Amino acid sequence: MFMEKDSVRLKTFSRRAALIGGVQFAAFSVLASRMYYLQVLKSDEYTMLAEDNRINVRLLAPLRGEIVDRFGKVLVSNRQNFRVLLVPEQSNDIEETLDRVGRLLKISDRQRRKILRDAKRSAKFLPLTVAENLSWEEFAEVNIHEPDLPGIQPDVGETRHYPYGEELAHIVGYVAPVSDRDLEDDKDPLLKLPGFRIGKLGLESRLDDELRGKAGASHVEVNAYGRVIRELSKDPGTAGAPITLTLDMDVQKYAIDRMAGESGAAVVMDIHTGEVVTIASTPAFDSNDFNVGLSQKKWDGLRNNIYKPLVNKAIAGQYPPGSTVKMMVALAAFESGLVNPRHRVNCTGKYTLGNHDFHCWKKRGHGPVDMHHAIMYSCDTYFYEIAKKIGIDRIEAMARRLGLGETHGFEVPGEKSGLVPSRDWKRARTGNSWQQGETLIAGIGQGYMLATPLQLAVMTSRIANGGFAVQPRIVRGVGETFIPPPEASDMGISKAGLELVKAGMNAVSNIPGGTAFRSRIKEKGMELAGKTGTAQVRRISKAERESGVLKNKELEWKQRDHALFVAFAPVDNPQYAISLIVEHGGSGSGVAAPIARDIMRRVLERDPAKRLTAAATAPKPAKRGG
Amino acid sequence: MSDGFFGGPGGGRDLRIKEKFFEFNWGLLLLLIAIASMGFAMLYSVADGNWDPWATRQIIRFCMGVVILFVVAFVDVRVWMSLAYPAYAVSLLLLVGVELIGFKGMGAQRWINLGFMQLQPSELMKITLILALARYFHALTSEQVSRIRFVIPPLIMIGVPMALVLKQPDLGTALLLAVVGISLFFLAGLAWRYFIVAGIAVMGAIPVIWSRLHDYQKQRVLTFMDPESDPLGAGYHILQSKIALGSGGLFGKGFMQGTQAHLNFLPEKHTDFIFTMLAEELGLVGAMTLMVLYLMVLLFGITVGLQTRNQFGRLVALGVVVNFFLYIFINIAMVMGLLPVVGVPLPLVSYGGTAMLTLMLGFGLLMCVYIHRNMEINRNPTSFW
Repeated sequence: MFMEKDSVRLKTFSRRAALIGGVQFAAFSVLASRMYYLQVLKSDEYTMLAEDNRINVRLLAPLRGEIVDRFGKVLVSNRQNFRVLLVPEQSNDIEETLDRVGRLLKISDRQRRKILRDAKRSAKFLPLTVAENLSWEEFAEVNIHEPDLPGIQPDVGETRHYPYGEELAHIVGYVAPVSDRDLEDDKDPLLKLPGFRIGKLGLESRLDDELRGKAGASHVEVNAYGRVIRELSKDPGTAGAPITLTLDMDVQKYAIDRMAGESGAAVVMDIHTGEVVTIASTPAFDSNDFNVGLSQKKWDGLRNNIYKPLVNKAIAGQYPPGSTVKMMVALAAFESGLVNPRHRVNCTGKYTLGNHDFHCWKKRGHGPVDMHHAIMYSCDTYFYEIAKKIGIDRIEAMARRLGLGETHGFEVPGEKSGLVPSRDWKRARTGNSWQQGETLIAGIGQGYMLATPLQLAVMTSRIANGGFAVQPRIVRGVGETFIPPPEASDMGISKAGLELVKAGMNAVSNIPGGTAFRSRIKEKGMELAGKTGTAQVRRISKAERESGVLKNKELEWKQRDHALFVAFAPVDNPQYAISLIVEHGGSGSGVAAPIARDIMRRVLERDPAKRLTAAATAPKPAKRGG
Repeated sequence: MSDGFFGGPGGGRDLRIKEKFFEFNWGLLLLLIAIASMGFAMLYSVADGNWDPWATRQIIRFCMGVVILFVVAFVDVRVWMSLAYPAYAVSLLLLVGVELIGFKGMGAQRWINLGFMQLQPSELMKITLILALARYFHALTSEQVSRIRFVIPPLIMIGVPMALVLKQPDLGTALLLAVVGISLFFLAGLAWRYFIVAGIAVMGAIPVIWSRLHDYQKQRVLTFMDPESDPLGAGYHILQSKIALGSGGLFGKGFMQGTQAHLNFLPEKHTDFIFTMLAEELGLVGAMTLMVLYLMVLLFGITVGLQTRNQFGRLVALGVVVNFFLYIFINIAMVMGLLPVVGVPLPLVSYGGTAMLTLMLGFGLLMCVYIHRNMEINRNPTSFW
């Protein structure tokens, strides 16, 4: 009986044990299929996630491209930035460490607070910047004391260096730390690197993509806490392309020095290729200040300076061009056929239109003058007369053909378009119709007309090169690539007319009685042909005219006339054109012409075309006839 | 006739030591060594190629475990039967003890410091509960098993330790005890109707239990439902474990080459998540090898149960098998994201003292049953000595 009972239990047990075994086997099958799902079917996906976990890409900042002048002289470079970093986890007491470093270097309270705050926020092994742009002495001092400064790491980085801080500030601009706005516009991950700087002004800004280079990357293996275990691979990236400018730094420096103390601008360009040899604007700021970080005081000083050092006057300064446009008006008259260049206009010192008198700069008058002499003496009466004859439309058309009233796609950002007035412009602007008197004053480059020094240089170039639509340019090469000057087309301006005005300009400078005869170049073969301009910035009342016009010296600076001068040289075989303005400098002949003459002489002495052939650094651009 | 300890004439005689050696199943021991060795290798890998701090200590414990296995296996099965209730009582006392002298470890009171080792009474209880229930059911006829007055005592035997373990609080172990206990009820022949009624009752009780769970337990269940909802918080462990498993692929990243494990993306990799690390480094092939080894042990255990001629031995064998199976299943399902993270180690592989020793104790009992499989034992033995 006992045995039977046990056999019943055994039977039940066996059945149920088998059932349990089956359940277990099924459960294992579930686990196995899940394993298969994860490790085979989903393996690629999880492998990617594991790699994402493990591998961190650390960007490496590429070296920013250098900027050199046409002869390869370094204008903008990179220099070592001595800095001191702090790795929080290596310091027992950050405050204590900072105290000790503070005995060697100046650490402002603000910087100190920032470090302490960042130390709390970021991972303990990430270095924080304690100080940068240190002098070698300070840096050496920290290095010597490093053993006593737990957590402190002396480090050498790269930062932008502007050896010609003030001489080139308006052209190259500067780099500065990335702002939040920049991050929105530019998705390059480099911008997120701490301490990374991008071009903010000038060519640094315009050519930022070329100069910046491509980010390198270091693939590092990190653990779950983000600590770097080892470097897996390293791609140093591509350094930014070096930029070659058309500038001749020697002339640039000379021009700046020559204009020291004045507020003004000068542009020298090759009349055939448009290559800008010199483009100066004074006074200026120092690009280095912006890279390192400008103090509020210095910034306010720059902003409130009446000489406007922050404005690049060569391209963004808009001035009444005054008599420098007389060649243009003469050309318009010549082409119109309405004026015989030999016809003489009798200058009595004033020109009457209706019941209004228009004065010539020479109170006693020039007597009878033809077109040639009108340019030579800069006779205003003559130009009132022919302007009236041909009308504003022809003047406007010629002004535009010679490059006024429009921008020229110059590589340095900030170009202003100036202003060439017209009937339509006036109606749109003021609602009134054009007055004939306005045509008269447009004929001597006053009134509404505005031009930048760059435009005046373009105008002079186009006259000197025989009417080719040359455009100014400053970038000669990017990296290894030479950028050929664009082909300038013949605008079909009358050659006879051009020869006539050029002869007039020659007379201005090289024939006694010419307004710039005193500022001629005497060296054979270097003679320049110019045109003075004295642009009035105030209204001279009738009463003042009668009692005697005030001398510039008697006026406050802001009220004085602008002194302008444009020229090309050499006369016989023109190569370069110059335009120069001294803001409120007085007379074009007395102030602007001597400076322009000196700069032009320097240019001719160094004639870069010759030097480049000798050095064979770049192919000499083909010259066009004209 | 039935007053004696032994049943029929077929079995029940004492075995000599030599015979026991002869009967000892060396294959099982080899299986256990193979499984444990995979654990040693993984612990060596966790320490980045060092025997310390884990592998050496684990090997020592395993060796102690083998000694225990031999001792337990060679003791007459009837001794264990007679010690079943006292052992259960001692475990119960120890469980009460942790309430009094236990200290906080891992956020829950679970350990007693015995000086030379940390003792987890709940681990011991898993074995002694099997013994006690086997002993109890051994004494019942198949008719008696399903009678209500015979159902109550074993329910209490399961319920009291469960309550104590829950109080620690250790939900995982409590559930484990419950499942082992219910399995023994089932194997002893309890009528199906009980299971149906109990099943319905449990369904009804779930909301009540849920409301009484600790926050961290609720959190674990919730994140289990949707681990991606909180990839950096509580779901992080499950997600990282799945990434480690998946990235291991068919053949793994190579021994000691697991990036998830070695770069610390994987949590608790020397204990609860050691299977993940194994699968990451040795791939599906390595993981399947381990699971096949486990399956062979389970199969062996069930075969022992089927061969054994006494109810006590059968129930002990299957109890050990179910217990072992639950460890494996819960742990692997957990690291694969099929179950909430409940903190159950992978048997014989995870680093841990008490678990290893109690497991080997269990296998010792299994071996003991195997050696004495032909022994027939009276339902109501008066005394053994």
